[in-house]
Amino acid sequence: MNVTEAREFPLLKMQIQVREEKPAAAGEATLVTERLVVRYGQRVAVQDVSLQFYRKLITAIIGPSGCGKSTLLRTLNRMNDTVANTSTGGLVQLDGEDIYAPGYDVIRLRRRVGMVFQQPNPFPKSIYDNVAFGLRINGLARSRAELQERVEKALRAAALWDEVKDRLDRNALQLSGGEQQRLCIARALAVQPEVLLMDEPASALDPVSTAKIEELMFELKKHYTIVIVTHNMQQAARVSDYTAFLLNGVLVEFDATSQLFTTPSDSRTEAYITGRFG
Amino acid sequence: MRDSWRKFVNVTMLSVTGLCTLLAASILFFILGYLAWKGGSLISWDFLTKLPKPVGETGGGMANAILGSAKLLLLASLVGVPIGFLGGLYLAEFGGKTFSFMVRYATDLLNGVPSIVMGVFAYTLIVLPMKHFSTFAGGIALGVMMIPIAVRSSEEFLRTVPKSLRDASLALGASKWKTIAFVVIPAALPGIMTGIMLDLARVAGETAPLLFTAFGNQFWSPGWMQPTASLPQMIFRYAISAYDDWHQQAWAAGLVLLMLVLATNIVARWVLRKRMRLMRA
Repeated sequence: MNVTEAREFPLLKMQIQVREEKPAAAGEATLVTERLVVRYGQRVAVQDVSLQFYRKLITAIIGPSGCGKSTLLRTLNRMNDTVANTSTGGLVQLDGEDIYAPGYDVIRLRRRVGMVFQQPNPFPKSIYDNVAFGLRINGLARSRAELQERVEKALRAAALWDEVKDRLDRNALQLSGGEQQRLCIARALAVQPEVLLMDEPASALDPVSTAKIEELMFELKKHYTIVIVTHNMQQAARVSDYTAFLLNGVLVEFDATSQLFTTPSDSRTEAYITGRFG
Repeated sequence: MRDSWRKFVNVTMLSVTGLCTLLAASILFFILGYLAWKGGSLISWDFLTKLPKPVGETGGGMANAILGSAKLLLLASLVGVPIGFLGGLYLAEFGGKTFSFMVRYATDLLNGVPSIVMGVFAYTLIVLPMKHFSTFAGGIALGVMMIPIAVRSSEEFLRTVPKSLRDASLALGASKWKTIAFVVIPAALPGIMTGIMLDLARVAGETAPLLFTAFGNQFWSPGWMQPTASLPQMIFRYAISAYDDWHQQAWAAGLVLLMLVLATNIVARWVLRKRMRLMRA
């Protein structure tokens, strides 16, 4: 059912199984950053980054460690607010609204822009309570039956339902790392966000679990706009439609993934993806 | 010559340190054994459920002291646990650097205040104005003694909740207080409970603060505003008496108290270890 083709990526010196022809033209952008600047104290972590994240497509942010890609991701749902001495300049818009405008409702923002972290971080609660958490604290289910239904739906969407349906009351910490990460995805999906931010979601997982997460992303992109930070270039090439390459906090290149990985326009991009640094 | 001296020092130090370690570890067992030998034979159902007998009569128990201790500890928890827990919560989640440092320092000093001073404090503050000894005064004295450890252990365990869990909650649209109430506190709760149980076990054996607050008596203490017997105070009174059978009862009461404290300790540590293993997994 999944149509894959092996495409040659000469710069990566390998063939990669790619799903389908990437859409050449993108639709409208869900999230936009304009001349975004993020500082930690005196240090500038992200400088003048202008990017578009297109609706129902997967955008990958790649770059060497410490290039500011996680920081950039965390500005999109204002998780950097929790880090002391962080200041943000420039503009970030979600559906045309400035999310850093004074008085903007951060809680509603985070419900619309979900996040999956690098390390699986389930709560030390039951599997069910993990998925139900966002629904409960936001009062999104009117009845017990509706809550159950939405928990099941989220677990199905994260391709975890069949594995855990008989042990929903078990502690989530007993799941394997890969299952925990899919549980975290289910937890994020339960509140029905529009955007899903993924911060190296597979870097702590084994290859089989990684493949499952990537598989899942193709399903999720039918409904969600996805932004994934990854240090794994093969992964970016496999799953994403658009790729942004960040170096020392500066956006070097942003293009359709098929373009960026085959005919990059910047020599630094080429140097990075051919493995000459980083 | 040099070489044999070095060997001699090595062997000596190894023996001395080893011996001291052995001594440190064996004192507990020595005390337990001694208590069991002296008072073990006296422990019976009657000892746990009967009131003390007047001097000269044989038998009798310490039921009023056991109940008195329970009431005192309940009052102490009502004072020490909310203040300690909420104070610890504030330090862990909201306290500024300088202020937290000052509060922590103050609680550490409070922890070092001799227990007899706590007794005088409660005596002046409660017993004198009320003009009589009471369970209430004793409970307050013990409760104040619980505060420093309750504050510090609550703070420590709240701080061990990883940032990743807080992030997960915030990223789902939870406010800070919801994150604290539904993620941070539940995750830290087993640890906090353990800390409080150990704290309770510690004040359960305090005698000095009770001498002129709860005072003691030989019968059931009605309500909260009358003097009450308690295990440590009974041990003190019986041990300094002139009667042999009272001495024996003091040993038995000591054994009961020690067993209760040990049991609390063991259960608390066991629960904590099980929980921590799960958290780390």
